[in-house]
Amino acid sequence: MKAIKAFFAFVYDFIVGDDWRLALAVVLGLALTWVLNSAGYPMWWVLPIVSFGALAWSLRRALQSHKRP
Amino acid sequence: MNGSGWGLVIATFLASAVETVEAFTIVLAVGITRGWKSALLGVGAALALLVALVVLIGPGLLAIPINTLRLVVGGLLLIFGLQWLRKAILRASGLKAIHDEVAIFAREAADLREHGPVVPGAFDAYGFSLAFKGVFLEGFEVIFIVLTFGAIHQSVALAAVGALLAVIAVIVIGFIVRAPLSRVPENLLKFIVGIVATTFGIFWGVEGAGVDWPGNDLAIVGILAFTLLFSLAAVAYLKAKVEAHSAVVSA
Repeated sequence: MKAIKAFFAFVYDFIVGDDWRLALAVVLGLALTWVLNSAGYPMWWVLPIVSFGALAWSLRRALQSHKRP
Repeated sequence: MNGSGWGLVIATFLASAVETVEAFTIVLAVGITRGWKSALLGVGAALALLVALVVLIGPGLLAIPINTLRLVVGGLLLIFGLQWLRKAILRASGLKAIHDEVAIFAREAADLREHGPVVPGAFDAYGFSLAFKGVFLEGFEVIFIVLTFGAIHQSVALAAVGALLAVIAVIVIGFIVRAPLSRVPENLLKFIVGIVATTFGIFWGVEGAGVDWPGNDLAIVGILAFTLLFSLAAVAYLKAKVEAHSAVVSA
């Protein structure tokens, strides 16, 4: 049981990593792209904007926490 | 082999090299401090389990409809790529410590020595479990890369060739130098793999959601170029901010 828990903790750390917000942004970006396309609006640029926006935000948060004493 | 095939082999080679270097450091520490018998048994057991996982999961992945596969694998690859890219950007800009194999080796070896003496010739469960865990967890990451890239290209075998070449290269170099592979530019490799994984993650994710890219496959070049420029700009910006902050603090 302990080994299974440790394995799932590893998988979470491996996929989600240091910032869970990046994973959430990707899921939302994909869902939005799919929903818009289903409604007749094929927008390829939604996922790149959401992904790089989330990465920029995540990097900014890292910089702010570095500046904090 | 076409350009896409070469790209597949190179991507899996680079990603696998990073993980194999990390696994090699752990096995080397176990082998030197606790004995090679238990270390190599741990490596063998982990490899057997990894091969079993590939055999179980691989064919199932190829049976999934390509658009569903692109959506799920593209999403996973994008999350994975963004995490690696974030880590590599933070390391390159000085916001996060560079991965130091020599320091990791010294820490692992000290921990292992503290765990009590090893009876010569006897099976050492602690050394075995550490080697097993190190190889299995790092190897799992290699499998993830091989299966995701391979399944989308409909060629797990070609992706496995890249990974296998990386494992062989690291082991051969490791046995020649007999020391942690500290000269491998791990952060640079992580940076490249992060860019490649992010690029293909975005490309396949959008295609999996049912949207066609303008220019079809040529869009990959555009996404790759943008990801590279974004990353280099982020490193330059963060580096300047860190240096300015250090100057203020030390003044």
